[in-house]
Amino acid sequence: MSQDGMTDVPGLQPGHSRRNFIKGVIAAGATVSASAYLFRTTIMGQNDGMAGAVERLITLDVNGQQRRVDVLKNETLAMTLRYKLGLTGTKLGCDRAECGACTVTVDDVPRYACSVLTHSVRGKKVVSIEGLAKPDGTLHPVQQAVVDGQGFQCAFCMPGFVMATVGFLKTNPSPTREQLAHGISGNLCRCADYNKILDVMMVAADKSRGA
Amino acid sequence: MPPIRDVMPAFELFQPANVGDALAILDRHGADAWVMAGGMDTFDWLKDRIRKPKVVVDLGNVTELRGIKDAAGGLEIGAMTTLTSVADDPLVKERFPMLAAAALKVASPQIRNQGTVGGNVSQDARCWYYRAGWPCYRAGGNICYADTPTSINREHAIFNADRCVAVNPSDTAPALIALDAEFVIKRGSAERVLPAREFFVGPGIDITKLTVLQPGDLLTAIRIPATWAGKAHYFEKVRDRQVWDFALVNIAASLNMSGTTISEARLVVNGVAAEPYRLDAVEAAIKGKPRDKATADLAADLAVQGAVPLRHNAYKIPLVKALVKRAIRGEAEWATS
Repeated sequence: MSQDGMTDVPGLQPGHSRRNFIKGVIAAGATVSASAYLFRTTIMGQNDGMAGAVERLITLDVNGQQRRVDVLKNETLAMTLRYKLGLTGTKLGCDRAECGACTVTVDDVPRYACSVLTHSVRGKKVVSIEGLAKPDGTLHPVQQAVVDGQGFQCAFCMPGFVMATVGFLKTNPSPTREQLAHGISGNLCRCADYNKILDVMMVAADKSRGA
Repeated sequence: MPPIRDVMPAFELFQPANVGDALAILDRHGADAWVMAGGMDTFDWLKDRIRKPKVVVDLGNVTELRGIKDAAGGLEIGAMTTLTSVADDPLVKERFPMLAAAALKVASPQIRNQGTVGGNVSQDARCWYYRAGWPCYRAGGNICYADTPTSINREHAIFNADRCVAVNPSDTAPALIALDAEFVIKRGSAERVLPAREFFVGPGIDITKLTVLQPGDLLTAIRIPATWAGKAHYFEKVRDRQVWDFALVNIAASLNMSGTTISEARLVVNGVAAEPYRLDAVEAAIKGKPRDKATADLAADLAVQGAVPLRHNAYKIPLVKALVKRAIRGEAEWATS
């Protein structure tokens, strides 16, 4: 026991956060499970010279940065963002294109990251929730509206809702409440807090036009 | 089956940049190859380990398959055109608003941003026994799990069931049939063009498929003739919730009016049979009649002749009747939403 009565965690140095510790465990787990696919012998390798064959080591444009990453052919964008690039703001809810928690924008269009092959976004501009704020920390108007209005309860669905709204507002910057509801209808909130979400997203639309 | 949260089983991935390369890959890998358009049907199969293709051919980079262009007053729509593009396209909205309405009612915004019109018409049945990997007729077995005394079959077929009772889930398919569209299918260096209706097959023809597409085939374009441009159209989709859901029943209708009477008609309902169900008898019977209550009542009764409900889906019979009446009376339900 240390003097302040807290239990020392063996192997965990002061300054290591609980979040980073968990992230490390996740990364180690992902590496172990992924390696099963790396070394499986399949017909891979027979098709290297054929037109349309893909390389595994690719460069992605994520949140304005060029990220070199080793991507499995069967890997979804949500997996790459969360477990290869550490961008855990993109949530995995259903992993079946049925909840919207994983929504990111690809070339400004909202898509379900759980249902996009990472290889299919090569050369495209991927923005996740981490890429909205400016480098100096200034929040995106939609984020600011969410903070100001406290639009979510548990907020697990929040990154998806924010990205869906950001994408939708590019196609319709001045929506009616009904149009907005239709535009972000591809996202579910398990707390069923839709009225408040629509309230803050309408404010977000105003803020975005002013920005 | 609970969702598996893991990467999909491994496959070889090809992302050809043009139709020629795609066809060459399909030709080389035959039945091992899986054609992926938007992927909204594909990923469920792969993630659940129900289908394990060795080769996936992602058509996302084939730009020549995307886009909508004028074709002598009609339209040619590339098979990889997203449903959002179809729903938003000024030419589609002007000439065939029914198709734009159908595309706009598919699933959710994110799915429409990625899902394609070619994929929407080619998608497989959504019967959950089949999708969960049960060895049913459609999966090559010898039993239908959806048609037993204890089956949950509220969403299944009321027409033309033959062992399998799954339905075609597409929203754009009935609209395209009602517009006399043609589907362009390429294979190697050959090309064939089928009337939309002949693209779909029932269980009596091939119980394991909903379309005529065979390994090596590629649906490349959908051509809509000018015939029905600017005519009276109707589309309505009934579903349990307003987002994501497939149709319990949907209806697409094109009516050519001469004065106040119907000179020619196309009526197609979906969600009731393994193929989009065209109401031939209704089309013939309403010719020369006005769009009034008497015609609508006659058509509604004719439409459901031969319907055989399962335990939980008898509600589809009055539903089809109501939709047929509304299509003929022309309540512009879809135009305002």
